[in-house]
Amino acid sequence: MNKEELRDKRREFIKASALVAGGVMLNQFAFAGGHSSTDDTIKIALIGCGDRGTGAAFQALSTKANLKLVAMADAFEDRLTSSYQKLAERFKDKVDVPQDRRFVGFDGYAKAIALADVVLLVTPPGFRPMHFEEAVKQGKHVFMEKPVAVDAPGIRKVLAAAELAKQKKLNVVVGLQRRYQANYRETLKRIQDGAIGDIVGGQVYWNSGGVWVKKRQPNQTEMEYQMRNWYYFNWLCGDHIVEQHVHNIDIANWVKNAYPVSVQGTGSRAWRTGKDYGEIYDNHAVELTYADGSVIYSQCRHFEGTANRVDETFQGTKGRTYLSAGHNGILWDHKGKEIFSHPTKGNANPYQTEHDELFEAISKGQFKFQDAERAAKSCFTAIIGRYATYSGQIIKWDDALKADNSLMPDRLAWDANPKLMPDANGLYPIPTPGKTKVV
Amino acid sequence: MNSKLSLALSLVFCAFQASAQEKHEGYTQQINGTKLSFEMKAIPGGEFLMGSKKGKADEQPVHKVKLDPFYMGTYEVTWDIYEPFLYKDYETTQSIGAVPANVDAVTRPTKPYLDMTFGMGKENHPALAMTHYNAIQFCKWLYARTGVFYRLPTEAEWEYASRAGNTTEYAFGDDEAKLGEYAWYKSNSESKTHQVGQKKPNQWGLHDMYGNVAEWTYDQYKADFYASVKGDKANNPVAVPDKLYSNVIRGGSYDDQAKELRSAARLASDPVWKQLDPQIPKSNWWFPEAPFIGMRLVRPVTPPSKTEIDAYYNRAPIADY
Repeated sequence: MNKEELRDKRREFIKASALVAGGVMLNQFAFAGGHSSTDDTIKIALIGCGDRGTGAAFQALSTKANLKLVAMADAFEDRLTSSYQKLAERFKDKVDVPQDRRFVGFDGYAKAIALADVVLLVTPPGFRPMHFEEAVKQGKHVFMEKPVAVDAPGIRKVLAAAELAKQKKLNVVVGLQRRYQANYRETLKRIQDGAIGDIVGGQVYWNSGGVWVKKRQPNQTEMEYQMRNWYYFNWLCGDHIVEQHVHNIDIANWVKNAYPVSVQGTGSRAWRTGKDYGEIYDNHAVELTYADGSVIYSQCRHFEGTANRVDETFQGTKGRTYLSAGHNGILWDHKGKEIFSHPTKGNANPYQTEHDELFEAISKGQFKFQDAERAAKSCFTAIIGRYATYSGQIIKWDDALKADNSLMPDRLAWDANPKLMPDANGLYPIPTPGKTKVV
Repeated sequence: MNSKLSLALSLVFCAFQASAQEKHEGYTQQINGTKLSFEMKAIPGGEFLMGSKKGKADEQPVHKVKLDPFYMGTYEVTWDIYEPFLYKDYETTQSIGAVPANVDAVTRPTKPYLDMTFGMGKENHPALAMTHYNAIQFCKWLYARTGVFYRLPTEAEWEYASRAGNTTEYAFGDDEAKLGEYAWYKSNSESKTHQVGQKKPNQWGLHDMYGNVAEWTYDQYKADFYASVKGDKANNPVAVPDKLYSNVIRGGSYDDQAKELRSAARLASDPVWKQLDPQIPKSNWWFPEAPFIGMRLVRPVTPPSKTEIDAYYNRAPIADY
């Protein structure tokens, strides 16, 4: 295909997406007009300008595609400004975000999305369903970080938008970057070709020392405090079983090529019991039961001073496997003889690869990526894991997916109260198995 | 700290230094306020020939270097010693009584998202994957705990200590076949770190100088640095780092071939070790893809001034993005 054919094809591709979106092509500047060089520019918007959002924008702008960052949105002005400064310093004229295209507050996302062809959705996960729904409605291609939701209503919203994105042929890549990492791809290909037989069991782990804490500052409203210290509040984070461990749970579902039918588990707060730590647990141990009767064990915890591991193991009828984000991918036969080992050195950065592949497809006018549905289902696996550990009940997939249990505040504003509020001592109500109702 | 207390402490410090200088010999350093301790060996001052004609271009020219006496860690720093620095809550469980205010005030690493042991083991295993900045901040924490100035070895100190008076490629000779008696490396490590001190020490009593984890030195990596080490510059030479990349790594690791473990072999830190950090700015503290880097402590017999100590510890990290 020569350059002009490619450009025409791409224009049709974007146009088709926009037409399905409702007729009005909001992003006309990208592919409309004559054949000047600016026609090739793909405009991107960054929604969520924290360290990860900035990282995602760095990766997008480091691809070979001809991109320009044209809009940014964040709830906090300080986060947006520091992100903008780093991006502008590094990428110079690829960053064209004057003041009137910087949107601060809870509702700036829709305006920023409208200005772009491709959007990066990288806020804390609680907002993702709302942002993804809007991006698809507006006919935009999407890169979005995991998790894609924190509760059942959020998952339903993402699944509906995922379906619409497919109809509109919008590429959607989700930052479950192990799906874009060579050791996982190579090993999973072999597993799915039967190298170790049927998978009958497995264990997936995210046991580490925990993450950052943002202390409450004087004069903060409760809303601002929770937004700053978001990791510890479920309406924003979903608990670490969702926020981090979804990576490993997603591998379980990938290896099984299925999603669990029911989940049970146990968890608690052992280390993080103080008022700086909101409501989330610091440990969860969960069993994922699949339709074929196989059970995958999942464990995640944030403890200091303990033995840690972040990886996945699975046992099949003909052998076993070990996988980790450190580029490990090993297969053994049932006698323990190694039959495959992915080299741990010289691998590409999967966080870069996911953007390289997404923007290559968009540049070529191809519809290649529809990650949203499977990502939503892996996130939901983690969410029902949380439902199981908080309630102490056996959670059935189909029942839980219908639950009307949104964690989202009724109103998003700095003076509005989130649903979960601290008591007089600054402590939050903690879920208690046997008492807490989740669905 | 009030000035009286500070004066009293510095007098105690001086007295201790004086006695240490009279008797330059190995000792056990208690980490004050904890039950933890680590071993240090006395390394005599002297001259040696740095570099190797048998090595790569950056190991040449072979040149004479003169060093003041110092002490060096018998072992690589282990997780046992490092984790109370990493995790403040864990530190309280390892402390006898309250954590002193000056210790509490030391900036700690961000908690690593991943498991930084990479499944290789923790107890008595070398701490690893920390950045150069992280390694220096650990020294600062030790200083706050003990009042003793610990720092990273300079590249010259590292090579001198690893040679232990020998001019051969390894302290034990030139024969690679004997390396397994002294080192965990590609051929015998099973791709992981091992507990420190299981292999034979060199003649100066230092274990695991070769292999297990590669070790940070303070120096900036400059391939042609040796050509500039002449005259006065040959006394305690150091390539003071002013850029984030690269710094010199020495000794090779469990993941390296025999030739990378030689006393003269120079390796350099690499920004690709942070590619798996998806945030911008990237962590000042961790290399998610360098499970083969660790550290070993040095203490000069004659400590620098308080001002110089503060300057060493308090250099702001260089943002990585």
